[in-house]
Amino acid sequence: MSSIGTGYDLSASQFSPDGRVFQVEYAIKAVDNSSTAIGIRGKNGVVFAVENLVTSKLYEKGANKRIFSLDTHVGMAMGGLLSDARCLVDIARTEAANYRSQYGSPIPIKYLTDRVSMYMHGYTLYSAIRPFGCSIILGSYEDGQPSMYMLDPSGVPWGYYGIAIGKARQAAKTEIEKLNMQEMTCEELVKEAAKIIHIVHDEVKDKTFELELSWVGDMTKGRHQLVPDDIKAEAEKYAKESLAESDESEDEDMA
Amino acid sequence: MRTNNMTPEWMDSEVSTGTSIMAVEFDGGVVVGADSRTTTGSYIANRVTDKLTKVADYIYCCRSGSAADTQAVSDIVSYHLDFLQSETQEPPLVRTAAHLFKGMCYQYRDQLSAGIICAGWDKKDGGQVYSIPIGGMCVQQPFAIGGSGSTYIYGYVDSVFKTGMTQEECMKFVTNSLALAMMRDGSSGGVIRLAIITQKGVERKVIVGSDIPRFYEG
Repeated sequence: MSSIGTGYDLSASQFSPDGRVFQVEYAIKAVDNSSTAIGIRGKNGVVFAVENLVTSKLYEKGANKRIFSLDTHVGMAMGGLLSDARCLVDIARTEAANYRSQYGSPIPIKYLTDRVSMYMHGYTLYSAIRPFGCSIILGSYEDGQPSMYMLDPSGVPWGYYGIAIGKARQAAKTEIEKLNMQEMTCEELVKEAAKIIHIVHDEVKDKTFELELSWVGDMTKGRHQLVPDDIKAEAEKYAKESLAESDESEDEDMA
Repeated sequence: MRTNNMTPEWMDSEVSTGTSIMAVEFDGGVVVGADSRTTTGSYIANRVTDKLTKVADYIYCCRSGSAADTQAVSDIVSYHLDFLQSETQEPPLVRTAAHLFKGMCYQYRDQLSAGIICAGWDKKDGGQVYSIPIGGMCVQQPFAIGGSGSTYIYGYVDSVFKTGMTQEECMKFVTNSLALAMMRDGSSGGVIRLAIITQKGVERKVIVGSDIPRFYEG
């Protein structure tokens, strides 16, 4: 439901007559224009996959990653304005470190999500500052239980089994819904996640991209890590082969 | 710091829980115990003190040293744990309580005189005992003793302790140890208070008078 909010959209401190805060909605649009990021919560952990668009061959490979670690056991993927997200990463890391220092235990992800969402919400209250133009997906594996949350620019957190943000989120969501993720392990989901990113990537508009893959779960003993190169290579191979297969079958149908 | 020689020395002495305290871990929980004597100098200000203080539903602390200091610190820790429980909707870990005690006892080590044993049960790690002596270090142990009376029973506890004791064996161990300490230490005495903390909850016991075990009395 899009409409222009002329006159009521100049600052976050204003409601429109129909009860909307347009600045927050505009911030969400910034996320919708970024490249796709997905998160899938499986049986034994959480997997993140990000389509990191490469706009120039001259760029250093692997620069400006969109997946971060907030503590040893919590990972984060983002969509939207990268510098806004980096600011949130700093806040979240400080929050996690302070919790550890004060209470002697790693921060529970639910608690961290709460704190970050309160912080993001704070930026939706005043006219002097703008809301964060990014959505962030947090994932963790605690006491044998995987958890995944997504926070959007309004600051509201939602728990998810599967989530997609960015320009191809509708297509990615459709693909994710096909999976029976609660019964699948991360080893399986890593391949599916890579495949989904390859499927939704727009070859015509966006040319090349780098795939970022990370996971946290049983197989990493609860630590959030980038997926090891060999497993990543296998996942990408599976992704490209699946794409090629479906391309072939399309050609057959046409014949 | 005497006002004059006419007033007894206990009028100006600080209230102290010169004490015998102890906690032992077993499979499924902990047993904590303490004597019940509070002194101001040589006057027994309270002969039925409860030195076993609740900081959370399943976490208790045994207090020794300055009564005021230990009460103040455990009140603050109790507040923090309550707030954390509100936020996380889960009972706090014993390790968290011990960490909070340690944080305070270390930061204010120059102003405080507090020796604390923090013990309890949580879903994650079961029964645990943490010793936080004066100075603010924190160490987990299978059992811990503290207070002025504990000096007299180091040999006894080391010789009697074995791993894998049942709840009843732990209760006997604590009772006997505290009885011996109370017999020798002038600042310890009164009754023996016990608390047994398990998943089921907290069971409090008092051992009074002739029920307190007796050993060689000369």
